[in-house]
Amino acid sequence: MPRLPSQWRLRLLGGITVSAILGFLLLPALVVTLAAFNSRAILSFPPEAWSWRWFAKALAYEDFQAGFRNGLIVTGWASSIALVVGAAFALALDRYEFRFKRTLEAVLLSPLVVPHFTVGLGFLILAAQLGMARGYAVIVACHVVLVLPFVLRSVYISLRNLDPRLELAAASLGAPPHRVLTTVTLPLLVPGLVSGWLFAAILSFNEFTASLFVTVQRTQTLPVALYNYVREYADPSMAAISVMYIVVTATLLTLANVFFGLAKVLNVEHPR
Amino acid sequence: MSIPAEATLSAAAATPATRANGDIAVVLDGVTKRFGKLTALDDVSLLVRRGELMTLLGPSGCGKTTLLNLVGGFLMPDSGEIAIDGQRMTDVPAYRREIGIMFQNYALFPHMNVAANVGYGLRMRRVAKAEIARRVAEALALIKLAGLEDRRPRQLSGGQQQRVALARALVIRPKVLLLDEPFSALDRNLRASMQVELKEIQRKLGVTTIFVTHDQSEALSLSDRIAVVAEGRIRQLGPPDEIYRRPVDRFVASFVGDVNVLRACLEGIDGAIATVALGAARVKVPSRTLQGAASGSIVDLFVRPEELRPAEHGMAVAADGIVAAQSYQGAHVDLYVDAPAALSGRVLLRVPRHEGMSLWRPGARIGIALAADEAIAFKPA
Repeated sequence: MPRLPSQWRLRLLGGITVSAILGFLLLPALVVTLAAFNSRAILSFPPEAWSWRWFAKALAYEDFQAGFRNGLIVTGWASSIALVVGAAFALALDRYEFRFKRTLEAVLLSPLVVPHFTVGLGFLILAAQLGMARGYAVIVACHVVLVLPFVLRSVYISLRNLDPRLELAAASLGAPPHRVLTTVTLPLLVPGLVSGWLFAAILSFNEFTASLFVTVQRTQTLPVALYNYVREYADPSMAAISVMYIVVTATLLTLANVFFGLAKVLNVEHPR
Repeated sequence: MSIPAEATLSAAAATPATRANGDIAVVLDGVTKRFGKLTALDDVSLLVRRGELMTLLGPSGCGKTTLLNLVGGFLMPDSGEIAIDGQRMTDVPAYRREIGIMFQNYALFPHMNVAANVGYGLRMRRVAKAEIARRVAEALALIKLAGLEDRRPRQLSGGQQQRVALARALVIRPKVLLLDEPFSALDRNLRASMQVELKEIQRKLGVTTIFVTHDQSEALSLSDRIAVVAEGRIRQLGPPDEIYRRPVDRFVASFVGDVNVLRACLEGIDGAIATVALGAARVKVPSRTLQGAASGSIVDLFVRPEELRPAEHGMAVAADGIVAAQSYQGAHVDLYVDAPAALSGRVLLRVPRHEGMSLWRPGARIGIALAADEAIAFKPA
């Protein structure tokens, strides 16, 4: 049956709209990528001559190196702590009925509502009140709060996807609760735990607003270092950092998807 | 609602002496389970004999799955006692009960291959590796799946997954095997062959089995005894033939098998036998279900479709009707007849194929006769 012309036009229009939206989403990354390869020393678009020099400069810049190291330390600790805490809370929310369950859930997810600068400011005031030096502990604590909702959500969804009958079957076969956990529950939660950790790590490594409040020169993370840099200079080395960042993150996510099936974790497959 | 003597566990029967009786594998004594305001099981007592296949049959939400979960140790009763093999199990957790369970969706561990799934219970018991390998191979041979040890569950067909689940439950030599609607996910043909196979294996191993289903034909064909469960109570307990032919109440009569309900008149009661008049026919039924009904009062006569037949010349006609539809079933023909005597206005007759299709076309007038004294009557609801 020949397609009606109006239908054909509708499909074309739909295609154009989708392409436009995707283009809009990718535009910033595209512009920055092109700018990173510009050989001139100002951030301009489009570039006139191509060069890798800004990548070399960015990698050699000491503040960026320190920021990268600090970022790794903070991210590693924050997302790992958030993973353990988030998984424990997710388990409690999924498995047990108790008073104030809804309240706990609301509190745990509240960082999504509270602006990052509020959290940062809060930790700054708190640290000052307690007379704490603004070291890694404060930054890590701050980041744990910020990324916890994402870990919680990710682990919680994996738990909802886990058929409780698998655990019952294991118990009937003679597995005491701790062995059910180690041989059935945890192995089946690995994709959720890995993706939860990964989301947390990406968010934490990226986090700028709250970090600005709780870091000092010695402990500044990469986004803060980039901010301090851009206040004084305006060359494309930041664009080069951005490109490296995008490549590394995309690679990590792709690997995680291949090995752990991230897509599965992003949705409840069969609600029970 | 009265429970037949067999289902009721008297105080004397609950003594330790009876529990140690080698013939009884599972004892439930006055078990009650509530979920909030809902009473899922209400003072249920049940004895399951060693080696028998006991079916819990009932509509969804009747409490049969709760009963299974209580025996399995996945739920704890609010009151009452549970014993398995003479040992009190009421508050023993599932992992120390030595029971095997097969779920409707089989619940195979997706991250383990077939051999690891089947060997799981043995690993939890810290059985030696060589012994595990031997017993897993033995179990896979029993269910005819040797050679698939390295497959993952998702690479298996539904029937194969079910066999693996059965092997996994049986390899630990459970005291009781629990089956939770195990056939409902299979297509019709596979279901029939799996049912036969399960029954064979169950006989061969002599494992006490509690089987939960809402499918009455499945219950009738597989069970040694059936417990019909409704609204948290056991309504009737007995062998399939007894449940089918001598239902104790209207619920059991309508839930198990097809049945016609005809409005009839009680003529009189003589001891254990009551005589009921339907049209020109007289039917003898057990009087047990008509206690307190007066002679001349209206009663509901429950008759199975195969106990009705078209009246031939000289036979007493119980009811008149007009054929509404024929339904060819291969071995027999189902005739749907509009008859005023039926409570629903329609009667189902099961007649032999050769006469069913040609003689009784829609629109034909038909006189209905009762084939034998196989009916049962209840007072009107």
